[in-house]
Amino acid sequence: MKNKPISETSEWTFDLIEQYDKEISRIAQNFRLDTYPNQIEVITAEQMMDAYSSVGMPVGYNHWSFGKQFMETEKKYRRGEMGLAYEIVINSNPCISYLMEENSMMMQALVIAHAAYGHNSFFKNNYLFKQWTSADAIIDYLVFAKDFVADCEKRYGEVAVEEILDSCHALMNYGVDRYKRPHPVSMKEEHARLKDREAYMQSQVNELWSTLPTLETEKEEKIVERFPLEPQENILYFIEKNAPLLESWQREIVRIVRKISQYFYPQKQTKVMNEGWATFWHYTILNQLYDEGLVTDGFMIEFLKSHSNVTYQPPFDAPHYNGINPYSLGFSMMSDIRRICENPTAEDTEWFPDLVNTDWIDSLDFAMKNFKDESFISQYLSPKVMRDLKLFSVLDNDKNRNIEISAIHNNEGYQQIRTLLADQYNLGSQEPNIQVYNVDIRGDRALTLRHEQYNRKPLASTVDEVMKHLTRLWGFTVRLETVTEDNKAEFTLEQKNNNEVSS
Amino acid sequence: MYRLVDRRLNGKNKSAVNRQRFIRRYKGQIKKAVTDAIAGRSITDIDSGEKVSIPSKDISEPTIYHGQGGRRDIIHPGNHDFVPGDKIPRPRGGKGNGAGNKANNKGEGSDDFVFELSKEEFMEFFFEDLELPNLVKTKLATVYEKSKSRAGFTTAGVPSNINILRSMRSAQARRISLRNPYRKKIKEKEKELELLLRAVLKDDSAILLLEKEIEGLKRKRDAIPFLDTFDLRYNNRVDIQKPTTQAVMFCLMDISGSMDQKKKDMAKRFFILLYLFLNRNYEKIELVFISHHTIAKEVSEEDFFYSRETGGTVVSSALHLMIKIAKERYLEDEWNIYAAQASDGDNWHDDSPLCKKLLEEEIMPFVQYFAYVEITPQNHQSLWYEYEKVVSSYPNFAMQQLHDLADIYPVFRELFSKEKET
Repeated sequence: MKNKPISETSEWTFDLIEQYDKEISRIAQNFRLDTYPNQIEVITAEQMMDAYSSVGMPVGYNHWSFGKQFMETEKKYRRGEMGLAYEIVINSNPCISYLMEENSMMMQALVIAHAAYGHNSFFKNNYLFKQWTSADAIIDYLVFAKDFVADCEKRYGEVAVEEILDSCHALMNYGVDRYKRPHPVSMKEEHARLKDREAYMQSQVNELWSTLPTLETEKEEKIVERFPLEPQENILYFIEKNAPLLESWQREIVRIVRKISQYFYPQKQTKVMNEGWATFWHYTILNQLYDEGLVTDGFMIEFLKSHSNVTYQPPFDAPHYNGINPYSLGFSMMSDIRRICENPTAEDTEWFPDLVNTDWIDSLDFAMKNFKDESFISQYLSPKVMRDLKLFSVLDNDKNRNIEISAIHNNEGYQQIRTLLADQYNLGSQEPNIQVYNVDIRGDRALTLRHEQYNRKPLASTVDEVMKHLTRLWGFTVRLETVTEDNKAEFTLEQKNNNEVSS
Repeated sequence: MYRLVDRRLNGKNKSAVNRQRFIRRYKGQIKKAVTDAIAGRSITDIDSGEKVSIPSKDISEPTIYHGQGGRRDIIHPGNHDFVPGDKIPRPRGGKGNGAGNKANNKGEGSDDFVFELSKEEFMEFFFEDLELPNLVKTKLATVYEKSKSRAGFTTAGVPSNINILRSMRSAQARRISLRNPYRKKIKEKEKELELLLRAVLKDDSAILLLEKEIEGLKRKRDAIPFLDTFDLRYNNRVDIQKPTTQAVMFCLMDISGSMDQKKKDMAKRFFILLYLFLNRNYEKIELVFISHHTIAKEVSEEDFFYSRETGGTVVSSALHLMIKIAKERYLEDEWNIYAAQASDGDNWHDDSPLCKKLLEEEIMPFVQYFAYVEITPQNHQSLWYEYEKVVSSYPNFAMQQLHDLADIYPVFRELFSKEKET
């Protein structure tokens, strides 16, 4: 062995963490990982549970649902039903990662490699994160949001604020811009703009709902124009700008929730890639440490044990099977790209002519930067990975009595499995497509939403409750129509505004 | 690395506010759980936490997602021997939709949401209906600590107890007494030196010697510390023992047919409150449960609250039994005796005057406090009117009619206010 191991026991100290970080950082640089500066924070298990229950936001406004989450986590942890995730990392600049006090030295090194270099470089370079999130501004914005909500609680009462938040949370998935790019704003600007926005928004709304008769009324009635002209996919944005009865502070809260939703949107779309990337790098980096003789055999055995726990994919018939494990799929795919670059087979040459015999670091880097789960899978899922994971597809059509195996991991099936698996990560087809379709401006002000059905999939019954929440925000009747695949719109449900939202 | 931060000392209860919000929001459900818990618990076990469970669907946060049905293709891992075209009966429980377990997260699962209510939170809910004054609430909820009293000064103790004045005084005394011999010597030597200096023939070597000697003495004098460890004096505090340490609580209850479970639950709260009061005043408390219809008997707590018997009611039977037990087992000069009686007011008519007589002549002289509650929505019967006569002659006898839980506290108002004074 060339080097002396950095440490021999499983105890960690701040000194050791810094030494490991130095080595890991050096190796990461050799592999050309481009990261935000790292801020590594050592916390206790309790603090980890706190971080957990605020969905990983380092600063969060107060809401009962976070309390519920906390109590659940605490209970499970105390009973030993679940270990705490070994890492939480925040997409911010500097990139904050948490190390738990209870972890062994090996675990701390693993988390540093995984989060502080793996996830960190992903946050900094993936196109979705670059487009949709601003790592420099997020902490400022969260602080602003927390203060604003706390201030509203003082002025308008906890209950009033909680009602708005409940309703916004119900629609959080529909608070996302899929095409427009928000630009970053610092806390100072945010404060300065808040006042302007309040006044401006209120005036806009007043204009829309102005009841003064206009001269061209008759002319207008002939051309039946819808409002909005185009269907709107960002329901919370539409509410924020157009709901007639909301007060300006309520609009600001709607905005806060939708902004946070937007911030997490890229994470939802890159679960497999992000975890796969981070797992690939912790594996590669720690192996490099071992090759250089910087860690002991014991360290490596402990590492491999937890690594294989994380990347284990239970088969579909295992009792604790819960869908495809993103760590496992992502890690397999990332490792496979490297393999294709370095040791291609005839099959790979046929499937990935562009990858074979290229520099693996460049090729992986390109994949990480320019894809999201859906496109990543449809581009890179190789026959070998499908065989290794023994993927097969099941067709479940409620018109048939039985479900049917439609493809398996063989020559005839590869293409179909790849397409279907990619679609499984397409939020557009996984989340029901519901958009704001029309507002009856001259009539009862009813808001009509349209659900474009996909593969005849119905909405779960919770939609009733969500519509009640939407009615609370909108203030008037809300209707939901379903557009079936043969393009017929049918009325689905109506929620009158009677201020009844069950809690 | 940019920086490594140790956050372990930062506040860990970041989620405490959110927890309180949760509890406030589901107050209704939690309160019901607490009420059930009180019914199921022993009186002596009242002040501990409780596991509360709320149906998951009540606390779900609804979101929109796809339900069962329609057409979907799902990819699964771990194929063993399926080949394309295989048909399989649709498994129940929605494995077909690939999200079997996820339904729970989204609020469709039927599992209960279970969490632990801390002891303080539990007591808060318990006190809520009783409408106790805040002072009483805090007194009952806090753990009683022995009081401490000053008792002079000691030479050993913790730094926070240092008595500065005393310490400085003894330091001064020590300094004076230790410096004095040097001062005297220095004075002598200085006189000598003066003489030598005034002499016509100066003996330089003698002067030098003397000066050195004086300097040495001065150094020794100055080396005496301003403050030494054995100067330190500490305030001394001692624990004060409570003189009385044991009490017995007699619980008397009518278990004839007319006392239904609801009335008994109310009575239980009444007994619990008295127990809590005694618990913080006495180190050891014994409970005696006496149930009665026409005849009285001593029973276990379980039987006391849950057994029902039919038949008439003779209250004096219970009083007789209480007197008997007290005389046999709880001597007046060793025990503080408290009694609480609950009934729905029914009594065999001729028995009531006898009860009054027993109370006035035998029981009241040896009990600290006797509380009577009548749990009835109807008009009073003879027993109430007889008891009213006792009130006038004994201030430590209290009675009250209970319509709901808020009526319980007034029975003890006297008891608690007396406690405040002492």
